[in-house]
Parts: sequence; C-alpha cells; structure tokens
Amino acid sequence: MSAEMTYRPPVISGHERPMVPALARIIDRTVETSNTATYQLELCDPGLAAKFRFRPGQFNMVYAFGVGEAAISICSDPGDCTKFSHTIRHVGSVTFAISRLSPGDCVGVRGPFGSSWPLSACRGRDVLLVAGGIGIAPLRPMIYELLRHRDLYGRLMLLYGVRSPRDMLYREEVEGWMRRRDFQVLTTVDYPDADWSGPVGVVTNLMRRVRVDAARTSVFVCGPRIMNRAAAHSFLAHHVPQEHIFVSLERNMRCGIGQCGHCQYGPKFVCKDGPVFSYASIQHQFSKEEI
Amino acid sequence: MVGNLYIIEKARLDDLIRLLREDGCRVVGPTIRDGAIVFDEIASAEQLPRGWTDVQEAGHYRLERRTDDAYFGYVVGPYSCKRYLFPPRQRLFSITRNGRPLSGFDVDVTSASPPRIAFLGVRACDLAALEIQDRVFNAEYADPYYRDVRRSAVLIAVNCSEPGGTCFCSSMQTGPRCTRLFDLALTELPAAFAAEAGTERGRALLERLSPQPADRNVQHLVELMLESAAEHMGRALDTRELPEILLQNPEHPHWNRVAERCLACANCTLSCPTCFCSNVEDSTDLGGSRAERWRSWGSCFTLEFSYHTGGFSRSSVRARYRQWLTHKLAGWHEQFGMSGCVGCGRCITWCPVGIDVTKEATTIADDVRRADVAERGARERSR
Repeated sequence: MSAEMTYRPPVISGHERPMVPALARIIDRTVETSNTATYQLELCDPGLAAKFRFRPGQFNMVYAFGVGEAAISICSDPGDCTKFSHTIRHVGSVTFAISRLSPGDCVGVRGPFGSSWPLSACRGRDVLLVAGGIGIAPLRPMIYELLRHRDLYGRLMLLYGVRSPRDMLYREEVEGWMRRRDFQVLTTVDYPDADWSGPVGVVTNLMRRVRVDAARTSVFVCGPRIMNRAAAHSFLAHHVPQEHIFVSLERNMRCGIGQCGHCQYGPKFVCKDGPVFSYASIQHQFSKEEI
Repeated sequence: MVGNLYIIEKARLDDLIRLLREDGCRVVGPTIRDGAIVFDEIASAEQLPRGWTDVQEAGHYRLERRTDDAYFGYVVGPYSCKRYLFPPRQRLFSITRNGRPLSGFDVDVTSASPPRIAFLGVRACDLAALEIQDRVFNAEYADPYYRDVRRSAVLIAVNCSEPGGTCFCSSMQTGPRCTRLFDLALTELPAAFAAEAGTERGRALLERLSPQPADRNVQHLVELMLESAAEHMGRALDTRELPEILLQNPEHPHWNRVAERCLACANCTLSCPTCFCSNVEDSTDLGGSRAERWRSWGSCFTLEFSYHTGGFSRSSVRARYRQWLTHKLAGWHEQFGMSGCVGCGRCITWCPVGIDVTKEATTIADDVRRADVAERGARERSR
C-alpha cells in the first residue's frame, strides 16, 4: 500500500471526541435525480472549518438529528475544503431524514475517514475510472485532481454506467468532461429511454470500446458489489496488475474508527483500511461469499 | 522491592481492600451472584468466594465447596474487566436542538467522571485481554471513557495454580503466571499469599501490608505451582500456522458442521474478554427536541450486525461463526499484531450447546495439515 493511501488528514469531530459529530450547515442543495441530491456543507465552527481537509475517496459520517449516522463519501473538489459536498441517495432512515432538510438547516459531521485513491501511484500512467450509479460520487474528487494536473497522467478514461438516463448524476458536468479532448468518457444505461442514443448494457461492456494498455494502466472502480467484481475480474483477465486495480467498498459502519467492528471484511476494517483497497490487498476475500 | 517476592498474611487481604477504598477506589473483585462467580464491587474480603470453586466444562458451570478455605480457588467467571472499561451500554452524548428545526444543536458529553477502579483477583488471561483491548480502544482514536478508567485502574492480579476445565492460557502464552501490567500479583499458598509488586504503585501498596521477604523455599514452591498449572490446562490449542490455515480455508466443510450446532445466541461474544464490537444507536425523546447516542455491545452472531443497504453480508450462521472464529484467531493478528484469544475458556463454558473453540479450530487445522502432508507426499512420489 502506498504512503498516500495511508496518509490521513486530521479527523474533525465535536468536543475532540471521535464519536461526537460537529455541526455543519447545508449551504446548497442540488437535486440530481428523483431520489438523490447533492448537499454542500460548511462546518459551523470556523476553527474546525479551517482545519478540515480530505483526500479523494474518503468519507464522512453524516448525522441526522436523533435519527442516526450514515457513512457517505465526499464528492466535491479537495482543492477547496472550506466547503464540501455529499451526494446522498434517499434510501434509508438517515438519508430520508436528510432529504427533508433545506439550505440553512444543520446536520452533524465527523470525518474524514478512511483511505483514499492513490493519485501519486498513477502518475505517468493511463488512468481508467469505472463507476456504477452513485459510485461516481467518491470518484469525482479524484477526477478534479486528475484534471487539475492533467499533464502528470497518460490517457484518462471514465466508464460510467447507470440504470436509466435520468439516473445519471452530475449530468452537466459529465457532458462537459465528454467535450474535453483529453478525457475519454463513455456512458451506458441498463434501460434506455426514447432520447438515448448511447450504449445499452452493463458498464463492463464499455471496456471493449476503450484501448487498455495493461502494463501502464491504473484502474479505479466504484459501484455495486456485482459491478466491482465483474470489473476487477475483467481487468485481471486483461493482465492489469493486481496492485494497479483499486476498488472502493461499502459496508455497514457505526464508528469510522475501527472500533465498532461492523465493517470487517476478512482481516480488514473497511472504515480505516479502506474504503479504497488495492485488489492485491483483498484478493483472498474479494470473490468469497458471506465474508 | 518491585519484582521481588514477599509473603503477606491472609488477613492482610481485607486490609488491602480497605486501603484501596481509602485511596478512593471502587474495589471490583470476584463474588458470588446467581450461582456464578462474577466481578462486582466489594467492600471487604468477606464478599470473596472463599472456600468455593467452579467446575467448568463445555456448556457447563457449577459452583462447589472446596475442602479448604482458599480465597481464590476458582478460575474466571462470565465477567471480565471489559464490563467496567467498555460498559455494556453507555451514553456517548446527548444533544439538544435549539431554535427553528435543525438550525443548530448543542452537544453535551459531560457524564459522571469515570470511576477509579481497583480490580482484585484479575487473572493472567484477563491481563492479556486488557492489553488487547488497549490496542482497540486506547490507540489512534482513544475512547475517552476507556482511556480514563484504564489510566487510573489499579490491577491486583492473582496467579492461577489450579486451571479450570476449559482453560488453555498456556497454549495462547498468556498465563497461568501474570507477567505484566499488574500493580500487585498474588499467589495463594495454603497459609499466606506470596506477593510481587509490578509497579511503584504496587510497591507502595505492598509496603503497607507488613510484607516479609519470601525465602527460597517459598520462591521454589511458587515456581512449582505455576509450572504444574501450565501442564494441567483443561484444553489445548496448537496455534502453529493457525491464522494462515483459517484465512485460507473459509470453505472448509467443518464450518457447516459447527453451524448445525451453533444457536447464534452471542453468549461467546458477550463472555469473551476481548470481543469489542458495538452497536451505535441514536434516538430522540417524544418531543423530538433532545436526542442521545448510546453505544452497546454488539455481536457478529446477530443477523443485523452485517446489515447494509444492499442486504446482509453474513446471512447464514455458518458465515457468522466463521467470522467470529477467524477474526479471533486469525484476522486479529493482522489488525492488532496479536491473537484475539487469551485462552480463558469462557466461550466454551458459556456456550449453551458446548461448542468448543479449541476443538473446532483443531479439527480444521489438523485436516488442512494432514492434507498438506499428503499433497507433499504425492508430489514427491510423482517426481
């Protein structure tokens, strides 16, 4: 594991206790899809706000008053940490409670937690990002970093699959990326609508449409479990080295600091050893059931 | 004085408890409740289970009268120091909404200041468990409550000269002799205690108990008693290559056979002195203006433990037992640089169907070792 994956910005919490959330105000809310919105937040305590930094791929524990917490990746530009964003799909009790909030309302935040995408490990290499659904969110900070220092990297590719065209997140931004000549962006949907003229099918089908030079490509994968597996296995079949395939995993988390035990995945804690893992580090459990 | 062996009269035990209480400690020691020897607050040596012993086997625990009136003539009960450092249920904070809905909230983390606890009668396996829990709760992100109680805790340990039926600390190299962490370690002899101070604090305590230097005969007797104890463990576990074997054999058929017996009741995780998993629950009062966060012991044996938005990571009992045993004996090494098992035998004794962690791990490990030997033999023959 690279030093970069293990480097952690300081964790911000309330009362200097890791399990106590710090107050954060919603300053903007963007509706992404019928059940997903992006919340821009700002820590209310200026001292904490000034200290807050995160690395691409890290997450916060976001607290809805009295309802609970959810581990949610940070999806904004790490170049500006004074504000940060979370794209939240409203599927559980905590995220439903957050869906009822408006700009000006507060949530609690603890973080950032976990490992990050190893940017320096892919310098000079081709970078291939594979995102499924809301899996684009933790990759977005990485995209900002890659584009900011575009000349440090070889070819840059994004394969992005969603259920249907209206489930696409960051649509205008994705369209902007598509127009760039130095960023190859391919999208696919499972269920097309009348206006869709792009590819149909799972995101791994898009791999046939890009040229992967296995020896010089680093791959970053984030999506549903079944997509993660299919993507990792097909890159392995294309002879991309295990150390250059990175996957971000999701697991139940209650603390973020390796104490509650819920997120254990074999000998790993997804909250502190992950959520970003190199395939090499989790190969023994990656394809096993019920680990 | 630290590290040397002294003799103190048995009557001094009551003085020791009194001294600790005068120093502002809550003394927590073994005492009989509901037919078992548990850790609880005691005020005098009268409350110790003097003259009692425990008979332990897989799924079996009974108290019996001893033929002598030893103070510490038993091994470990269902409780350990864990209950006091990492309480079964604990409020982490309360939080009050102020003003318009969700325009802000005030957090209150103040709770009663953590008690200063003197643990009396802690065994070597429990000291090893403390060392393990230190790595979980007192590492990069310290749990404030654990840190405070642990820092001020006084540890009066007792060496085990009569291991129980489910003990295997010598296999896990954690006992029966207390070798570290303790302030004072006692070995109970027929007519006195042999006492050794491990810290300055222990030395200061010992000085107040009229100690006499132990002669060579006493030193020799203590050595013999503890050597003999190490050889009379009720159970044994061969830990050679065990972490690798368990991690590499998640599909071994024996996991199915254990799952057929396991009730997923979580008794093993509750009685285990090192199991640290917890649930975190948030709730509000009926008015919705005040909320609290509570942490309570969790168990990887429950279905909801592995719940996430996509479903359950471990829906079968087989997967849950495998998770527990593999974590305890294998994954723990990678996570904390040591085994998660101290060989106290609690999980064996308190399992209602008598599942024996040493037997289950041994069945799998022996089978894998046999297969490896057979494979090597076949390779050599074919050469």
